[in-house]
Amino acid sequence: MNWATLNLTPALPELFLLAAVLVLLVVDMLIKDERRCVMYGLSLLTLAGCAAVQYWAWTPVPVETFHKMFVADPLSGIIKFFLYGVTAAVLVYTRQYIADRQMFKGEYFTLTLFALFGMNVMVSASHFMTLYIGLELLSLALYALIALRRDSVPATEAAMKYFVLGALASGLLLYGMSMVYGATGSLEISTIARVIASGNGNTVLLVFGLVFLVAGLCFKLGAVPFHMWVPDVYQGAPTAVTLLIGSAPKLAAFVFLVRILGQGMEALLSQWQGMLMIVAVLSMALGNITAIAQTNIKRMLAYSTISHMGFLLVGFLTGNADGFSSAMYYAIVYVLMSMAAFGVILALSRAGFECEKIADLKGLNQRNSWYALLMLLTMFSMAGIPPLAGFYAKFAVIRAAANAGLVPLAVFAVLMSLIGAFYYLRVVKAMYFDAAEDDSAIEVRADMRVVLSLNALALLGLGVLPQQLVALCMSAVKQSLTMF
Amino acid sequence: MSFTTAVFYILSAILLAAAFRVITAKNPVHAALFLVLSFFSAAGLWVLLESEFLAISLVLVYVGAVMVLFLFVVMMLDIDIEKLREGFWKHFPLAGTIAIIMAGEMALILGSPEAGLKTYPARAPLAADFSNVRELGVQMYTHYMFATELASVVLLLAIVAAIALTQRTRKESKALNVGDQVAVRAADRVRVVKMAATPVETVEAAEDQPQA
Repeated sequence: MNWATLNLTPALPELFLLAAVLVLLVVDMLIKDERRCVMYGLSLLTLAGCAAVQYWAWTPVPVETFHKMFVADPLSGIIKFFLYGVTAAVLVYTRQYIADRQMFKGEYFTLTLFALFGMNVMVSASHFMTLYIGLELLSLALYALIALRRDSVPATEAAMKYFVLGALASGLLLYGMSMVYGATGSLEISTIARVIASGNGNTVLLVFGLVFLVAGLCFKLGAVPFHMWVPDVYQGAPTAVTLLIGSAPKLAAFVFLVRILGQGMEALLSQWQGMLMIVAVLSMALGNITAIAQTNIKRMLAYSTISHMGFLLVGFLTGNADGFSSAMYYAIVYVLMSMAAFGVILALSRAGFECEKIADLKGLNQRNSWYALLMLLTMFSMAGIPPLAGFYAKFAVIRAAANAGLVPLAVFAVLMSLIGAFYYLRVVKAMYFDAAEDDSAIEVRADMRVVLSLNALALLGLGVLPQQLVALCMSAVKQSLTMF
Repeated sequence: MSFTTAVFYILSAILLAAAFRVITAKNPVHAALFLVLSFFSAAGLWVLLESEFLAISLVLVYVGAVMVLFLFVVMMLDIDIEKLREGFWKHFPLAGTIAIIMAGEMALILGSPEAGLKTYPARAPLAADFSNVRELGVQMYTHYMFATELASVVLLLAIVAAIALTQRTRKESKALNVGDQVAVRAADRVRVVKMAATPVETVEAAEDQPQA
């Protein structure tokens, strides 16, 4: 290898992030417990630095480096900007929560940043091996974060479940990758796509591997029938970690899907379209119908996640640029909604009290009308009521499916979003029409109040003026994927 | 059937049987020992593929180091594995049936002529002076440098996670702070107290009391 040709510029944000994490590990060792908030400040500074480097290293065309194992393109660039923003918001939202529960340790911040690093690697991977290692980096950090409260039985149980099922999913994914390697003779996504398109690949082996790849991917997305871990992990994990699991990794999982199925296996569209259609239909149906029966709001949001992943797949499985960009828009809007919902739940929790039941939201309007309004916006957006962002996101994926000739699927998606509206409105009813059972004051740090308000208002803003973000997603997909 | 093929099937059969016993053995020590056997058979399969270095490192690292450590842990902890596995045998018939069906279906697909496994030619034997170690090193540190570096980050993350999950400062800990010990001065340890000499009346008074 010629070192002079090694181009590090595209990977600069990752290198900066890794260096910053290593510095943070050392700083954490040197500071005293009472000055732990230095870690919080430095983590936010790291994220700001990453965004700045990302802006500086922006590239309008895909650039590959590290022997085609790493690619920087507009798709990864935009998603990474969102990842930095989401992670920063997660840290702001959870600061008080973790401080109240003896989790305000340096490891919380370094593990979160390690998870971000893993997501960055996943998003920029152009080789099955880096895709897999990025996924493992993310998963390992999440397992540890869930179990960080060792004395909490539900948290350790959730971590164990996530660990065992995550290992099984990784096994499925690796088996699928090895089959694809056997059929095409390469692990490089661009080479795999070329071999399949030329018809030289062994089709039976390819489809055989594809089944395992789809199963592994659906596991990571949390789509039915591979959804068993989602409700238990969402409920068992500390709410701060649930917020992290339910937000940023979904963006990374979307790009993961695009890289493997969209870029690598594009020529097998007719094969994976059918598989994903079954998964999407089951996810939307089971997610929305089971959520109705839930009394625990974290569990309800878990089933809502499952149904949202179904909607995301509806856009994705069309296999065209329109569908990919609508799914990308859906993923971004979903992450904003999920963050706002868990943000309000975190705001209502305090030392010694966990906001977990839908009943805990009763009479929120009397207690604090501003947070009730923010939650109202979020729930309406999740239910897909205009003029909020959730409506436009659902509209975009359903239109993409209908344009691709999948009218029955589109009709089914509309029906399921109607059923879903029921349980979102039930939360609104509890907040506005039930009497408060608990009238303690809601105390929230000023920084969290500002970010949470901006987050929920962004849902309104993106719903009224969706054009900018839609155009951004479209151009990212068109510039990054060579087949469009 | 050539000699290599026969060895392959024998090793594979041992590997599968050992792996099955790992999850069914009642005694955790037996399970760990069966895992050693399955690693050994896997190493044998690698030797058949002429990857001697990988085979030896599997034996040295996994069998020699990891599994011995694992056995120590298993022996030191009093794990009631039967309690952990409650319900295992209850669900075994259903799970076993599904597994057999899946394995049968996979065998049908991969064994069919359409899978075209026959079209993959046998690998040409490597030259006598071919060095596995050299080839692995060259690949890892040039072509796969990025993946190797990422794997090292995974290891670092595992260390951080393990420490975060296990380390706790115990309140009742009697451990001494070496820094404090070294920094100690004689004046801190021995305090010379000047006292005026007083008659020892109090002691006598105390002795008198029981008699009174």
